[in-house]
Amino acid sequence: MSKKYTIRKGLNLPLFGEPIKELKPSKFVSNYAIRPSEFIGLKPKLAVKVGDKVKAGQAILFDKKNERIKIPSPISGEISAIQRGPKRRLDQIVIRANEKCEYLNFGVKTALKKDEIKNKLLESGAWTLLKMRPYGCLANPDDSPKAIFINGMGSDPFASKPGFSLKGKEELFSRGLEVLKQLSDRIILSIAQDENSDLLNNANDIEIHRFSGPHPSGNTSVHISRVAPLNKGEVIWTIAAQDVAIIGKLFELGELHLDRTIAAGGSGMKNPQYYEVRGGQSMKTFFSEETNKGNYRFISGSVLSGESIGKEGYIGLLAKQVSVIPEGENTDFLGWVLPGFDKYSFSKAYFSWLFPNRKYNLTTKLNGEERAFVVTGQYDKVFPFDILPNQLLKSIWAEDIEKMEELGIYEIIPEDFALCEVICTSKQPLQEMVRKGLDILYNEMN
Amino acid sequence: MKFIQNIFDASRPAVTSGKLKPLYPLHNALETMMFVPDHNAKSGAHVRDAIDLKRTMITVIFALIPALIFGIYNSGYQHYKALGLLNNDIGWLQFFTLENFLFGALKIIPMIIVTYIAGLGVEIYFAYRNKHAVNEGFLVSGLLIPMTMPIDMPLWMIAISTIFAVLIGKEVFGGTGMNILNPALTARAFAFFAYPSFMSGDKVWINTTLGPGEALVDGYSGATALGQYATTGSTTFSAWDAFLGIIPGSIGETSTILILLGGIYLIATGIGSWKIMFSSLLGAITISLIFNAVAPSMISPEQQGFLSIPFYFHLVFGSWAFSTVFMATDPVSAAHTERGKWIYGFFIGFLGIMIRVFNPAYPEGMMLAILFMNVMAPLIDHYVVEGNIKRRLKRLKLSVK
Repeated sequence: MSKKYTIRKGLNLPLFGEPIKELKPSKFVSNYAIRPSEFIGLKPKLAVKVGDKVKAGQAILFDKKNERIKIPSPISGEISAIQRGPKRRLDQIVIRANEKCEYLNFGVKTALKKDEIKNKLLESGAWTLLKMRPYGCLANPDDSPKAIFINGMGSDPFASKPGFSLKGKEELFSRGLEVLKQLSDRIILSIAQDENSDLLNNANDIEIHRFSGPHPSGNTSVHISRVAPLNKGEVIWTIAAQDVAIIGKLFELGELHLDRTIAAGGSGMKNPQYYEVRGGQSMKTFFSEETNKGNYRFISGSVLSGESIGKEGYIGLLAKQVSVIPEGENTDFLGWVLPGFDKYSFSKAYFSWLFPNRKYNLTTKLNGEERAFVVTGQYDKVFPFDILPNQLLKSIWAEDIEKMEELGIYEIIPEDFALCEVICTSKQPLQEMVRKGLDILYNEMN
Repeated sequence: MKFIQNIFDASRPAVTSGKLKPLYPLHNALETMMFVPDHNAKSGAHVRDAIDLKRTMITVIFALIPALIFGIYNSGYQHYKALGLLNNDIGWLQFFTLENFLFGALKIIPMIIVTYIAGLGVEIYFAYRNKHAVNEGFLVSGLLIPMTMPIDMPLWMIAISTIFAVLIGKEVFGGTGMNILNPALTARAFAFFAYPSFMSGDKVWINTTLGPGEALVDGYSGATALGQYATTGSTTFSAWDAFLGIIPGSIGETSTILILLGGIYLIATGIGSWKIMFSSLLGAITISLIFNAVAPSMISPEQQGFLSIPFYFHLVFGSWAFSTVFMATDPVSAAHTERGKWIYGFFIGFLGIMIRVFNPAYPEGMMLAILFMNVMAPLIDHYVVEGNIKRRLKRLKLSVK
């Protein structure tokens, strides 16, 4: 079964620095880090202390609420630091890597049953590659999801295109699919309309749907809303296609290899292209070699919903891309009055609309100050859901749980509001608000 | 630009502490008007659109300016015409003259200044009291208010109406973004009911002062087209004059063509809702056609006359165009849902024309129609939201089966 969906509402930001489809191999990196904040819903509990030797795939953290959930080490080495923030919150666990990576072996026995598969995923930490809806947090192994959605596309700015980043890993991807099939009756792979890679050759007995249109056509929430809308009380698991190959490798070799082909884009990159990178690795050398000189923001993830990690930071364990864009520096004399031929706006309030094909070197500038919600109907233009965005946001603001549920908060996660946030006249922190709403709901339900 | 920045930098310490602290919102407002601040995105999306509330508001002001400038010329033109100083043979060729402009400007610019001082004064006080930045909403309201007034409105009345509108229309509801009624129309409604002799009738639309203390004695009829219709069932003005705007009326409302231009600009920039404007047009046409159909059964010939005028008369006379383009589209007081905007706009056009025809005491039905629909907008939204919720529940029920 295969269906085509065209997403009409949305926006592709016209940015400089789209990665070209060329791959640069990995280099040895000596430092790695795990940041608990990357895992939504995790109540972290340390499984190691400074000086411990770990292997790749060994648990670094547990989830206090469900100790079967483990955050794995991406590399073998020694725990060199455990850094804490305010109120002793765990910030990051730093691992100094060995020259040669040793992997913990989880066995290669085939023909496993459902529970054995779950255990293997949990034991190896590969479970953290799965997320659940609602909430977009770590999946709960005790749930039985109505479907597993595999996201085989990327519509974010500079997103890594699975067709390219999984090149040569098609077998592992198929192997991963076989594993996931044991976990749910319904496996749904969504891919771009123009995707024609070998990925699909062995994708038997699963639903494949093709999506086209501007971002967020590649967001999993959009795929869910079109294919199998999530109702209250239901659970869906989601995973990225790149991570399906990691699961495939785990079952093929018995080892957890968290290396991926990531896309690196943005005007700060010397050569925006694809790189081989391992999850959690220090990006210090990478950024100093591959980016231009200047004041840049270094983002693990996309410019829409990634995390700023700084020039010496560590890429997220789950990240599929990095983005490097200039920090905004100067004030703008009478910027709100002048015609603004060079100012990017989704609206046509600046005269830059006279040059529709122009690309921009957008900085991180807010271009204004935060204001009360005034303008309506703006978000709807980039929000392809049957959800009333303003009303949902107001119910979150009022912490009205019943209203949030009624208005469909289960169907979205913060990244779905990223475009609304970009074009918001009032510069409201929408993704933060949505996360807060989901947290309130999660705490109420669990 | 550096020296302007230096002035702000040097004066900032004085207003962030000490006795001048209440002036901080003013300082901040002026500084951010001169320089869009260099704040960077801290959470969420790392890149942001160039649009902000200031740009949104200035876009509306750009759209208003043609009608405003026309209004300035027109007040002078109507004045000199009433005094009999114009050559009737060449008519509107004497429209764009320096004299007309100067006469209008000397009247209207003080009105604008008074409105801004009164309104922003209240806004800045509340910004200080509630510790937030001054919202830009009043930039537009402050221009709309004088444009909806007759030319001879005393300045103190404008000031009081403005203060009332900002206080009762906006701040008591929690400030910008929370108000139920359109602040500019609240000011006009206040003036209309508080000072009726300055806001309605035949005498207020044209300045007929000859010199200091002297007025044209025997009445030059300065009735507006709608005023004439209400009393006689016909008008002496042509629809073409009304479309161009060479008729008496509130300062900004007369030139339909320039308002249309402003409306097109608002729609093209995406700032004004085309749904509201378009559905108001539909509403106005619908009621006009109904009136045309029932006109013969009216008793008085005046009513028969008023009811049977073609719909495009309604669009060019009075404030239908101005209200639809600039008042109905205020996003805060309009319906917030996209479906709701259709209903909201339709009834503004429908009720506005209905009130103007049926109630000769209020030839300006648009003001009342919009204020009424402002109050109804949350109800409309409620049903749209319920519809969305019901669809979701239905899907849930289907999946349970």
